[in-house]
Amino acid sequence: MQTTTGDDADYRLRCLKQMLRIRLVEETIAERYAEQEMRCPVHLSIGQEASAVGVCDALMSDDRLFSSHRSHAHYLAKGGNLKAMMAEIYGKRDGCIGGRGGSMHLMDPDAGMMASIPIVASSIPLATGTALSDKFDNNGKVTVSFLGDACLEEGVFHESANFAKLRGLPIVYVCENNLYSVYTNLADRQPDRPLTDIPAAHGIEHRHVDGNDLEAVRKAALWAVETARSGNPTFLQLDTYRWREHCGPNYDNHIGYRTEEEFQIWRARDPLERYRKMLEESGTLAPASFAGLEKDIQAEVNGAFAFAIDSPLPEPTEALAHVYA
Amino acid sequence: MSMPETTSAPGAPVINMGTAIRDGLLEAARRDPSVIFFGEGVEDPAALFGTLKDIGKQIGHDRMIEMPIAENGLIGIAIGAAMAGKRPVVSLQRVEFALLALEQILNNAAKTHYVSNGRHNVPLVLRMIVGRGWGQGPEHSQSMEAIFAHVPGLKVIMPAFAEDAKGMIAAAVEDDNPVVVIEHRWSHYTTSPVAEGYVHRPLDGPRTVREGDGLTIVATSYMTLEAVRAADKLAEAGHPVEVLDLRVIRPLNLDPIVESVARTGRLLTVDTGFRMFGIGAEIASEVTSRCFDLLDAAPVRLGLPDHPTPSSRGLVKGFYPDATRIARTAAEMMGLDDAKISAIEEDILAARKDIPLDVPDPFFKGPF
Repeated sequence: MQTTTGDDADYRLRCLKQMLRIRLVEETIAERYAEQEMRCPVHLSIGQEASAVGVCDALMSDDRLFSSHRSHAHYLAKGGNLKAMMAEIYGKRDGCIGGRGGSMHLMDPDAGMMASIPIVASSIPLATGTALSDKFDNNGKVTVSFLGDACLEEGVFHESANFAKLRGLPIVYVCENNLYSVYTNLADRQPDRPLTDIPAAHGIEHRHVDGNDLEAVRKAALWAVETARSGNPTFLQLDTYRWREHCGPNYDNHIGYRTEEEFQIWRARDPLERYRKMLEESGTLAPASFAGLEKDIQAEVNGAFAFAIDSPLPEPTEALAHVYA
Repeated sequence: MSMPETTSAPGAPVINMGTAIRDGLLEAARRDPSVIFFGEGVEDPAALFGTLKDIGKQIGHDRMIEMPIAENGLIGIAIGAAMAGKRPVVSLQRVEFALLALEQILNNAAKTHYVSNGRHNVPLVLRMIVGRGWGQGPEHSQSMEAIFAHVPGLKVIMPAFAEDAKGMIAAAVEDDNPVVVIEHRWSHYTTSPVAEGYVHRPLDGPRTVREGDGLTIVATSYMTLEAVRAADKLAEAGHPVEVLDLRVIRPLNLDPIVESVARTGRLLTVDTGFRMFGIGAEIASEVTSRCFDLLDAAPVRLGLPDHPTPSSRGLVKGFYPDATRIARTAAEMMGLDDAKISAIEEDILAARKDIPLDVPDPFFKGPF
């Protein structure tokens, strides 16, 4: 987690590394999932890294973030501890929440990663609530609420957005539109109108950008976060695509709900590859150095997996703790 | 009628339970600036049956948050504010409005402390009011404590008396857990001497409001008042029974109940909710498991019958358990003869005179 000061090369390399790190973590999860040691559902963000990284790079370390079932990228981009994340996914005692939630509940409150909630749209009012509290405290914090396109179908989004605008809350609603709710296309769920008509109807200022373009996301996020910090809630629509199945490690272009052709179109818009090319072409990244980055980060990732595997399982008696404060 | 409530100040002003709750909330809010209030009409002229009256004037209107008509969203927002350190008190005009927010209550309020491995707390008070009478009907009169009590992580309380309510509501606000407070509208009218200033009553379990060896009645909320009246008539007839006001539904403290039943050998439960799958069922089951060999009779549960609450006073006749039914059931369990039971029933009915059944019996107004 960094502030936005510093020269351009700094943030560019930082964002590239963060996207690469998220990609390598999730590809390693996909690779090792069949070992059946990560015994919880996993919803991978591969292909969607630019939205998490671009948005979080616009945040201060004590700003807050809420996520959903697809939380790995948000958690890491907000500065969540990687070892604790992997231990959580492995169901181990050193997990970020001691194995109580698994992949769908990742949190690291010390990093402002407040919570991930797997019921669609359920974390949106929680995020709106921390923004209300922060406004009371006048502490300058912004809360980001990551949501998917399907959340715009849930009533609680509207209830929250209405209240956020009414009260002038410091919140950014970030809609990652990846076109699918499990196997169902957006076109089968919502009428043909811009998604941004919805925040507009609540009087909320919005931007719509290519969610696979790190620079575009980050620029929009800087506007959205600073606007929110001044007491005007904002909404970002970031168009993107998840490469793998809704839940699990595999590709599923062959099962009939979407096509290989569609996937290839989005594969060609790979946010990581695009950004790497851009940085190489602009001279920010030396052509040979990407492989070195990959090697270093993979070593960190392997270390986190080893840490998770070595961590003990919690004892059954620990399940009784923390029912009440 | 003698005093069912242990007052801390017998000479204190006599006020009703609605006012006592308002005073308790105000005292708690004065002591802690993180207490904020949410409600639909939070500062309107009715002030939620007077239970929020003038609180904004005392603590500042900025702490009174008008809820748009969006219970799920706003209760979620209150949970989020609690996670960030506030102590929100959400007041709902009826229990049924909470049904719109069950996802937030049963998932996020109840589980966030647990799932976060103790990292987050949700110090939240959710007040819900049970309507009764004057044709409230199927969706304005449900009690529903069984739904909330089913979920680990929630606390559920049902005060029946004024001073107890004042102290319990303050304890609920100070609690670091989400506390569902189910208030019976007819209990709001009951009066007691209530100590002025700050009162704290721990949310620790049942309280004995009548003593006796013939039988143990465990009652909740307004049904405690019906049970007390039945118990007094049974005592006059020479058959004193014990009445426990359950007060705290979850966490359920069974020890005082088991202790009483071990002595009396008989258990009768009286719920404000539906009898099937109700609080009485849980208590009867646990008590039977823990002291089966000490029981002289099978436990009996009273509660609402197995159909929704109709509106018409024609249809609602016999719907609610009352003092006569409680007295008859208890007397039958103790093996009293029918003539004696009928005399006790008639005695209760005579005291009620010809008051319509869809308005509160002034007897229950107190002062207790």
